[in-house]
Amino acid sequence: MKLECHEANHICDKSQYKEATFWEKVRLNIHLIYCRACQKYTARNTKLTKAVKNPKVNTVSKEEKADLQELLNKQLSGK
Amino acid sequence: MADNQIDATQWVARYSDYLFNYTIARVNDRDLAKDLISETFLAGLKSMENFKGDATERTWLVSILKRKIIDHYRKINSNKGKAEVRINYDDSESEGDWLEERVADKFDRTAEDQIENEELGTAIYDCLDGLNEKQRTIFRMKTMENFDTEAICNAFDITPSNLWVIIHRARKAMADCLENNWL
Repeated sequence: MKLECHEANHICDKSQYKEATFWEKVRLNIHLIYCRACQKYTARNTKLTKAVKNPKVNTVSKEEKADLQELLNKQLSGK
Repeated sequence: MADNQIDATQWVARYSDYLFNYTIARVNDRDLAKDLISETFLAGLKSMENFKGDATERTWLVSILKRKIIDHYRKINSNKGKAEVRINYDDSESEGDWLEERVADKFDRTAEDQIENEELGTAIYDCLDGLNEKQRTIFRMKTMENFDTEAICNAFDITPSNLWVIIHRARKAMADCLENNWL
């Protein structure tokens, strides 16, 4: 039942991608009650996820990238 | 001394997201930003000989992009006066109401929030650039492009536990970097 810190961090990483199982999350939360270091890690990890998910962060879609690449390739081969 | 080499074939993959966020924060229009970036890449190709290698490729591209953005604003500015905007009161009831009263007051967002959010994209891609090649691609695929763990493992021929170690290191580096550069 007892969780080592590196395992806790691993579960925390997984839960950032919604890949942790229910039991893993329960165990992580119990661990977080008494472990300061992992609390800090989890807080930062969640913050990072939120930052990346922020709608103000724009990604260029695959198609747009392909278009750009094609344009560039044309110019490159024209040289 | 040419410390930095140009590899134009990698431009789109490596810099388009960074440049895109940089542009969006300044022009606030997706399509326009895309146009500006493709113009930048083309201009970059044309003046490749002038690249001395003192700065990194990205810095060099950003300096071209900046010029493109300035040019864009110049162009808009010269169109000024051609279009006139008239705002009339809809009915006599509201006559005497000032225009200022009609503008939505975004009191829930401070100017600081706004700036933080606009710059966040650039900060993230800046930090992403600091990771090593493998961490960068895998973190991107997993976090931004939402690939399955399995798909990434197959593509890179690694085990899931390898993947999670890479993700863990990448996340740690990203969190450190963002904490220093952004928050």
